[in-house]
Amino acid sequence: MNLLKELKYAESHEWVKVEGNKAYIGITDYAQGHLGEVVYVELPEVDATVEAGSQFVVLESVKAASDVYAPISGTVVEINENLIDNPGLINESPYESWFVVIEMTNPSEVDNLLSADDYEKLYA
Amino acid sequence: MTRYIGNTNEDRELMLKEIGYDSIDSLFKAIPDSVKLKGGLKLPHAQSEMELVKNIKELSNKNLNIDDYACFLGAGSYDHYIPSVIDQLISRQEFYTAYTPYQPEISQGTLQVIFEYQTMISELTGLPVVNASMYDGATAMTEAAIMACEATKRNEVIIASTVHPEYRQVLNTYAKFRNITVVELGYNDGQVDLDELKNKLNKDTAAVIIQSPNFFGIIEDMAAMKDIIHENKSLFVVSADPVSLALLKSPGELGVDIVIGDGQALGNSMSFGGPYLGFMAVTDKLMRKMPGRIVGETVDKDSNRGFVLTLQTREQHIRREKATSNICSNQALNALTATIYLTIMGKEGLKEAAQLCLQKSHYTYNELIKTCKFSPVFTKPFFKEFILKSDKNIKTLNTKLLESNIIGGYDAGLQYPELKNCWLVAVTEKRTKQEIDNLVRKAGE
Amino acid sequence: MLKHQPLIFEISRRGRKAYSLPECDVPVAKIEEILAERYLRSEAPDLPEVSELDAVRHFTQLSQRNHGVDSGFYPLGSCTMKYNPKVNEQVVRFDGFTKVHPYQSEETAQGAIKLMYDLGDMLSEIAGMDQFTLQPAAGAHGELTGLMIMKSYHINKGDVKRNTIVVPDSAHGTNPASAAVAGFDIVEVKSNDKGLVDLQALKEAMNDEVAGFMLTNPNTLGLFDENILEISKIVHEAGGLMYYDGANTNAIMGITRPGDMGFDVVHFNLHKTFSTPHGGGGPGAGPVGVKKHLAEFLPVPVVSKKEDGYFLDYNRPLSIGKVKEFYGNFGVCVRAYAYIMSMGPDGIKAVAENAVLNANYIASKLKDKYYLPVDRECMHECVFSGVWQKEKGVSTLDVAKRLLDFGYHPPTIYFPLIVSEAIMIEPTECETKETLDNFIQAMRQIADEVDNDPELVHSAPHTTIISRLDEALAARKPIVRYNKQV
Repeated sequence: MNLLKELKYAESHEWVKVEGNKAYIGITDYAQGHLGEVVYVELPEVDATVEAGSQFVVLESVKAASDVYAPISGTVVEINENLIDNPGLINESPYESWFVVIEMTNPSEVDNLLSADDYEKLYA
Repeated sequence: MTRYIGNTNEDRELMLKEIGYDSIDSLFKAIPDSVKLKGGLKLPHAQSEMELVKNIKELSNKNLNIDDYACFLGAGSYDHYIPSVIDQLISRQEFYTAYTPYQPEISQGTLQVIFEYQTMISELTGLPVVNASMYDGATAMTEAAIMACEATKRNEVIIASTVHPEYRQVLNTYAKFRNITVVELGYNDGQVDLDELKNKLNKDTAAVIIQSPNFFGIIEDMAAMKDIIHENKSLFVVSADPVSLALLKSPGELGVDIVIGDGQALGNSMSFGGPYLGFMAVTDKLMRKMPGRIVGETVDKDSNRGFVLTLQTREQHIRREKATSNICSNQALNALTATIYLTIMGKEGLKEAAQLCLQKSHYTYNELIKTCKFSPVFTKPFFKEFILKSDKNIKTLNTKLLESNIIGGYDAGLQYPELKNCWLVAVTEKRTKQEIDNLVRKAGE
Repeated sequence: MLKHQPLIFEISRRGRKAYSLPECDVPVAKIEEILAERYLRSEAPDLPEVSELDAVRHFTQLSQRNHGVDSGFYPLGSCTMKYNPKVNEQVVRFDGFTKVHPYQSEETAQGAIKLMYDLGDMLSEIAGMDQFTLQPAAGAHGELTGLMIMKSYHINKGDVKRNTIVVPDSAHGTNPASAAVAGFDIVEVKSNDKGLVDLQALKEAMNDEVAGFMLTNPNTLGLFDENILEISKIVHEAGGLMYYDGANTNAIMGITRPGDMGFDVVHFNLHKTFSTPHGGGGPGAGPVGVKKHLAEFLPVPVVSKKEDGYFLDYNRPLSIGKVKEFYGNFGVCVRAYAYIMSMGPDGIKAVAENAVLNANYIASKLKDKYYLPVDRECMHECVFSGVWQKEKGVSTLDVAKRLLDFGYHPPTIYFPLIVSEAIMIEPTECETKETLDNFIQAMRQIADEVDNDPELVHSAPHTTIISRLDEALAARKPIVRYNKQV
């Protein structure tokens, strides 16, 4: 399974990369493989508040729409505009294709996430 | 056995034997006896084709058909000219016996027609994105209201009372169950009252819905409304008569966000109210919020151009309860009719038909006034329909006209109590000067 | 047939015309005198300019790129692609139907109103219901209407918190979508291992907030739920109503009736069960029937009869209101009326018998080649799973595309969602044994090809005018109208 050791993972297939109080969020290679070709991404707006466990992004493939759940809580400070024009990037390079950057309100939530090894054990 | 069932008794015996059953009844054993129908259905006995045609002909003969009359009745269903090409082409079985184009390789006909339809409606409305059609104008308008609420995350729509009464009734039905607040907007000299609009707009207003030409036939002043509505971050929804759009400035050009309407006038017969089609056009920004099917262009493996249903993830068969609408069937054959109509009429023909409507309706209006039996109600510009106040009760007037083979206009007082004895008259390109003069003579008596 | 058919806009040439209109015979006023310039467009909409022959050839060419029921076998599950009788197309075109204005006085439209009244009566008899409305334009529209009626019923009783609709996980997608449009919350219950309603799960889903349960019976697996009376009892005892999604009525007409199974509301799809053409995706009609206790909530106007004739009754204070312009898709109703009159009571029952026999025949003849998840008597359709083929790298989509090479419209695929790689075959009563045998032969051959030459199936179709289309491209960069090249 293609995973990056330095990232944290949610059971619902999102990855989180922490930089200070900010967190980058995307979906795993495993998840994009199951979705098939992503054709459209619906991202939240900058300044939107998201809560851990709530749906905050919608991904569409040709014949399916999938909700993506926020792995941590916070305020959206940046969105990846590149994905809007080129959603296929999520298939090509899932770990570079972050959806949003979140200013975390409760950084300790990161501790509840899975390591790469734990995630792999769940889905291998 | 009937003519629409293929197998003979021998076929059935053989088939049952081959699959190991001794009777057809045994295939139905999952149905408990307690719910099985005893004694058969109480329906009329089967009719041969000869009997059927004769009996149904008798029924149809009990209806007055407008070909034997001069029809000045409109109010949402119009007696426009229908080119003979249309019925010949829509009667091709490949069009009318096919299902929704789910298998694009063997549905390029329907798919390309819809793509052409989308383009033509886009040209008329001045908006770039059109869906494959809706049930009718009223439901298209209601879906537009729901879409506006979803897109703005607001929950109130303001609708002009000059919108067709049936459209407003359908909106009210849906709104009641979805808890959308509907606010009605009055009129002033037959047009939307702008001061009232300003007062009624508020932070909950998702959309302002008007009709132009409106139910009274009057052209609304969209340019005057656009900025007021957009400053409030509400969407501007307009129901339009597609024939009028050959002549009038397109709502898209005037800054409208969603244009809907009924496409009956585009080559569809009146058929006692249906089937017609509803059309819907939106801005690029609203594309993914739009209900219904959309056809898009793409290529096949060998780089040939082809067409497919696209953006399907908005739809019920994928999104289920999160879909933008529950709509599934649309009115594809009526959309095909509209496409052929717009092709036959073409750029010049539709404009000419629209000009004939405009000229003939104004001639009729002026001649009726000259009789002194009718007086103007409004002063604003109209397209093919207008309101006049009669010195008689409208029902009495229409009954009298019927004796002279004239179907008179709609009794506006039925829906607008303040418009008692007001007559809504429609004049299409089909009405001749002779018919109009006859109407004027009889109505002026 | 030409390989490439240009768009009508690409054929268009300035100055060509296909229309003819009479000269304006009233005195012509200057347009600017009638309408202020600010209302007028500066340029006419860019519609095509072609000759009449060009137009006729264009649409004839396009029609030939379609497969219709008259072209060949069309076993599209859940859609009931039966033969569309020609005589129905003749009678619906009588001037006394097409040239009738919806607002002309009732006295001048007695034939049309009587036809609607009689059709409602006949549908009531077939459904075991008390009264029908013909207003809804399609199945999903009928569902929505029925759900609104159910909600109004509860509210009128003062039972205002019933805001949940329960559906099985095998339901048509329109069921939850319609419930959402009607403002309900949706609860889904899992099916049991036989593909039927899990009674225990249903009981657990019941409470005093449930407005009703929506069910297709036979369900989307083509199976009749033998516990139907128990299901109705569970729902009714919890204070809910039973909604019958009539998409699959073809299986049971004349054998049993939704009303007798305990349903309170039903919609029929005239374009499925009652032979009206699908038209490439409509128009259809989705009349809704109700039991007496719900009749006062039906949409206005209700088609009614009094001593001196038929009339449209708007005086219904508890009605949900209108759901459509005028009175529904009248032209579709005329065809359905003609169909029922042609069939008679025995013919209607024979429809169900032959539809069920044909489906069982196919199920039985293919189940050694394709996995049949529930191996028992099916109703009007059978649902296979392509999992055996999938193991060999060939998907259900591939099998469907390969069928195109044999001249068939493929079955419905990937539905119901609870069967993986689903292949849903509905032959209808119209087809003869020979047609079925030929189709079975093709399906068996494809199964063999999967074993021997999977790439042949994987790369299908090979004979259509166009090969598989890039749907991802269409969705990523939507081009939804023609734009003139400059």
